[in-house]
Amino acid sequence: MSFSILASGAVGASATPAWAMLAYLVSGVFFILALRGLSSPATSQTGNRNGMIGMGIAVATTLITHEIANIIEILIAVGIGGAIGVVIARRIAMTAMPELVAGFHSLVGLAAVVVGFGAWLDPESFGIVDAAGQILSVSRVELGLGIAIGAITFSGSIIAFLKLSGRMSGSPIMLPGRHVINLGTLVAILALIGLYTVSPDGGAGEGWMIIAIAVLAFIIGFLLIIPIGGADMPVVVSMLNSYSGWAAAAMGFTLGNSAMIITGALVGSSGAILSYIMCRAMNRSFISVIAGGFGAAPEAGGAGGAREQRPYKQGSAEDAAYMLEQAEKVIIIPGYGMAVAQAQHALREMGDKLKEKGVEVKYAIHPVAGRMPGHMNVLLAEASVPYDEVFELEDINSEFAQCDVAFIIGANDVVNPAAKTDKSSPIYGMPVFDVEKAKQVFFIKRSMGGVGYAGVDNDVFYMNQTVMLLADAKKMVEEIVKSLD
Amino acid sequence: MDFIAILSIFVLACFVGYYVVWSVTPALHTPLMAVTNAISSVIIVGALIAAAEANSPAAKYLGLFGVVLASINIFGGFAVTQRMLAMYKKKGK
Repeated sequence: MSFSILASGAVGASATPAWAMLAYLVSGVFFILALRGLSSPATSQTGNRNGMIGMGIAVATTLITHEIANIIEILIAVGIGGAIGVVIARRIAMTAMPELVAGFHSLVGLAAVVVGFGAWLDPESFGIVDAAGQILSVSRVELGLGIAIGAITFSGSIIAFLKLSGRMSGSPIMLPGRHVINLGTLVAILALIGLYTVSPDGGAGEGWMIIAIAVLAFIIGFLLIIPIGGADMPVVVSMLNSYSGWAAAAMGFTLGNSAMIITGALVGSSGAILSYIMCRAMNRSFISVIAGGFGAAPEAGGAGGAREQRPYKQGSAEDAAYMLEQAEKVIIIPGYGMAVAQAQHALREMGDKLKEKGVEVKYAIHPVAGRMPGHMNVLLAEASVPYDEVFELEDINSEFAQCDVAFIIGANDVVNPAAKTDKSSPIYGMPVFDVEKAKQVFFIKRSMGGVGYAGVDNDVFYMNQTVMLLADAKKMVEEIVKSLD
Repeated sequence: MDFIAILSIFVLACFVGYYVVWSVTPALHTPLMAVTNAISSVIIVGALIAAAEANSPAAKYLGLFGVVLASINIFGGFAVTQRMLAMYKKKGK
């Protein structure tokens, strides 16, 4: 590929006027400001508004600079989509946020595929043809990549959505030889993109290549996500977030549109950083998460039966209430179980009652608690827990030694001391809360039978100072609240 | 715009993204995902071009379909982010 091909502008297409290029740049800057606003809850709403302004500028600029013959149809399309979006956004329960985000990712992916095909069918409008009416080589690479990433994002997010919403089992589905199949498919996609780029006729005659790229990418998105277990979903959702950004960026390259490129780069980095944070919080490599299968083995090996029965203490809501009101400082550790039981409102009530009695109450959140980054923070915010009472792992972990009660609700692996002591444990090296340093531990769990996602026993259950509260999290907390009166 | 100019914007924007995202407080990671979702639907620009200028009917209908998909995301994404952010309150309010 010669440099002149790279540098040459489109021939025969309506060139974008300079003011429009500037407008797209301004739109991109507003998107940067939107993310910047999220550095603190105080500035976050302004940030979100900046995002809306940026989007408004981008859409308006596009509509003004193109000859629109069918504005009515376009407005109807926007109206339909907007109405669906707003209704979903209003109705969705906060506990369902992970599957909503996964579902939205799938739409971005599909939109990228659709735009890619649109550009391929009508390259003149997209300004990506050379003097001979052929799609530019560089644009073919961008189109191929955009369609492939979009398709992977689409099918991968659909699987993530099905797993997160419980419509599909969260346990890993392992195909024999899946690594070979995946790698083979990936190589085939790249080979097809290469072939498409160098093919003499990049237009309609080579349609099968573009279609094959899309189909293979749909398949690999599906294959990549099915072997990944439910609790690894925070990494998957972040990763798909990243992909949706790269898909938008690829389309931005095709269109030479700075707003799309800036957004794509922002979203792509954002998802990648979140994936990294999640992996670090589990002490797992990104590769091992993506390879999948975590948490699948114990069922087959019959580990449940081999687990020794050790003595533990079981308590009632009254016991817990009594100890909690005597305490000076209580740290509450919520996990996915709290989300499942919808216990956040009852929990906040309990916190309020304790504060009235002069107890210091803090909430401690592990980065991988829940099914997506920040999941627990949103649920606590929904229950009107002030955000300055909610702390991250590294900020609060030193305080367990001075706390009277550690109150664990629906979490398990994130408080397992085996992560610090047992080198053979699958969660060894994962940063965990030092709950064993607390004077008293209350552990809400549905039954003693289940173990955490990692499938390992937890020494915290059997400690001298631990009292197990075996019940549905919401019911148990409600009873504690009653006993506190 | 030529390819090198576009690539420059892309590379610099990746760095901006890196620093901006690390400065996002972990408490807001869920709204971050929701809002990145909304803004990545700026891909609607491509869908609009396909829908509006179509020299091919197939491209036009694909474009309109893309506009619907992206609009769900834009309106839904910003609205749900707004709903979440409105819940974050400080003590004593």
